[in-house]
Amino acid sequence: MSELFWFAVFPYLAVALAVVVGIYRFVGARFSYSSLSSQFLESSRLFWGSVPWHYAILFILAAHTLAWLAPQPWIDLLGGGRAYPLEVLGVGLSLLSIAGLVALFTRRLLNPRVRAVTTPMDVVLLLVLLGQVVLGAAIAVTLRFGGLWYPATAGAWLWSLATLSPSLQSVTPLPMLVKLHAAGGFLLVVLFPFTRLVHLVSLPLGYLWRPYQVVMWYRRGARP
Amino acid sequence: MDIRRQISMVFHLDKCIGCHTCTVACKNVWTDRKGAEYMWWNNVETKPGTGYPTHWEDQEKYRGGWMVDGNELRLKLQRKGGALGNIFYNPRLPQLDDYYEPWTYKYQDLFDAPEGDDQPTARPVSMVSGEYMDIEAGPNWDDDLGGSPVYAANDPNLKGLDEEERRQLTDLERMVFFYLPRICNHCANPGCSAACPMGAIYKRGEDGIVLVSQEKCRGWRMCISGCPYKKVYYNWSTGKSEKCVLCFPRLETGQAPACFHSCVGRIRYLGVVLYDADRIEETAKVDEQRLVEAQREMILDPFDPAVIAAAKKNGISDEWIDAAQRSPVYKFVKRWHLALPLHPEFRTLPMLFYIPPLSPVMASMKKGSYDIEETEFFGTIDKARVPLQFMANLFSAGDIAPVSYVLRRLIAVRAHRRSVSVGDISKEKAGSMLAEVGLTPDEADGIFKLTSLPTYDERFVIPPYQRDAAIEELWNDPLSQKGETGFGFRARPKRGA
Repeated sequence: MSELFWFAVFPYLAVALAVVVGIYRFVGARFSYSSLSSQFLESSRLFWGSVPWHYAILFILAAHTLAWLAPQPWIDLLGGGRAYPLEVLGVGLSLLSIAGLVALFTRRLLNPRVRAVTTPMDVVLLLVLLGQVVLGAAIAVTLRFGGLWYPATAGAWLWSLATLSPSLQSVTPLPMLVKLHAAGGFLLVVLFPFTRLVHLVSLPLGYLWRPYQVVMWYRRGARP
Repeated sequence: MDIRRQISMVFHLDKCIGCHTCTVACKNVWTDRKGAEYMWWNNVETKPGTGYPTHWEDQEKYRGGWMVDGNELRLKLQRKGGALGNIFYNPRLPQLDDYYEPWTYKYQDLFDAPEGDDQPTARPVSMVSGEYMDIEAGPNWDDDLGGSPVYAANDPNLKGLDEEERRQLTDLERMVFFYLPRICNHCANPGCSAACPMGAIYKRGEDGIVLVSQEKCRGWRMCISGCPYKKVYYNWSTGKSEKCVLCFPRLETGQAPACFHSCVGRIRYLGVVLYDADRIEETAKVDEQRLVEAQREMILDPFDPAVIAAAKKNGISDEWIDAAQRSPVYKFVKRWHLALPLHPEFRTLPMLFYIPPLSPVMASMKKGSYDIEETEFFGTIDKARVPLQFMANLFSAGDIAPVSYVLRRLIAVRAHRRSVSVGDISKEKAGSMLAEVGLTPDEADGIFKLTSLPTYDERFVIPPYQRDAAIEELWNDPLSQKGETGFGFRARPKRGA
């Protein structure tokens, strides 16, 4: 029963919540749609936290997404003896992300200036994130070669969710560690619209194409 | 020719007494809020000095402004791709301590302290963290050369000054300083806007005022590094950038900005200039020594029929053209060549211009009074108490000629007026001084009048903003914003039926 909830109902609830509240917040409180940077108040420790954390987690997320969306190319990628170096890279990145997150967490708790701009939700988010990456690292270390078994198990489950035919058969036999990690992922989706995680959808790619100078005219149609 | 309007400014440094009234007026109106305590959209610096934030002029440290790379004009900070790479950590962001940590005092302790042998004290507490702190710096810690061996001696503008010139600025009984009031320059080629990954910083087409959209801003902080003048500030509480808005709500209702209005020395002038937006990039790219001149060429003559026709084609009304013709900024910058941009080498084409200070008096003492007629009329210029090179580093990218030219003109105007009002300089002598710097007596009188005796309406030529017409075009109903000036609801507080 609880498996039915956590792996067939909760993911949909999480995504629905993220989309609805995310849009609601974007429309109603766009002002708050950012990560609320504290680099201005404390910079040097932020560097050792933010940079490793963000780059490591981006690569890890990219691997999770790729192995889910394109299982066959992913398996091909791991073939020919490349699974081993990728495994090492994965474990390295997960340790790097943990190190970065710990640096960010301690900074947030110990620096009085940063503490002044910290809300309880920030602490909740950091704790959940930390739990999630620790679980991920534990899986990487104890259940070797996740890259190989992920597409057929967790990947298949995610596909079943995406195709609106949730199936528990690929999740049920998995160890507890993996189950917690999977549910934790959707817990983060829930947290997305309620915390500073909303900055995920702020990536300013348009910058690469727009002209340097932005000019805005009050009058409609008065100028090209 | 793509003609744009710009509300532009001139600060006459000879008249600045460094009273900070502008600063306080601005603080009270705009930045007396949480997260903005440390911000001074308007500040007055003592030169020589390191300024606020400390060393803001040192672009090797902060990488603000533009550079010419081959034939390309690019931000000194980073290329566009670099902005995305540095998005998790901006390596050139000034820190709170580069400005100062804002503080208040625990006044309540004065009342609540238990009876004891000592007087109770109000200890300083940080306005960021609320904890006790030791005050180590403030926004004008080097005011009037306070702490000169540390501050004045480290002024980035001392670059290229020889030993003698440096002593001139620092030796007891010889030392000299002047004030440099600064607000946002509302540049024609703003570095802040170019650095913003979100496109949140924009120039208003109608008047060139540079604003930060608080809704679009996501707090990536690149603008703060991109602005070489450090006039974009990060609100640590809201996580957004903020900057001088040139009091646009006041301008739109025909009033001068608060700092202009409150200026005790009446050093500030404000008016419209028309410029050619097609020439922004080529102007910002010219050789360093040509920058001042090129920017002056980019500003157009509002009396030229071709310019008027092109302006009308761009929807600029007769009232704005008339305001551009009466603009004191146009006169000081373009007609009289007296006002220079601050640090043109940053290549942002700042639209705030400074008339470099002639004071403190540069003449020698003769029989108890100042003598401005030496054998050579302008012989005293090179012995100016503020070394020319220092002034040139501020106002003309290190080239002495433009600064010297301005000062020679100012001296000639003084001589002319002295000849008129006191009479101890002969008319011929004053006339030949004027001729040498290419001024006519009429022009000199005009400069004198606008410098010394301008009325409020001559200092601030504020064009009518015609909000009624703009509102009608935008909402088809001229009364749709009635009674809302200063509020401007985004979502109307409409309730009930």
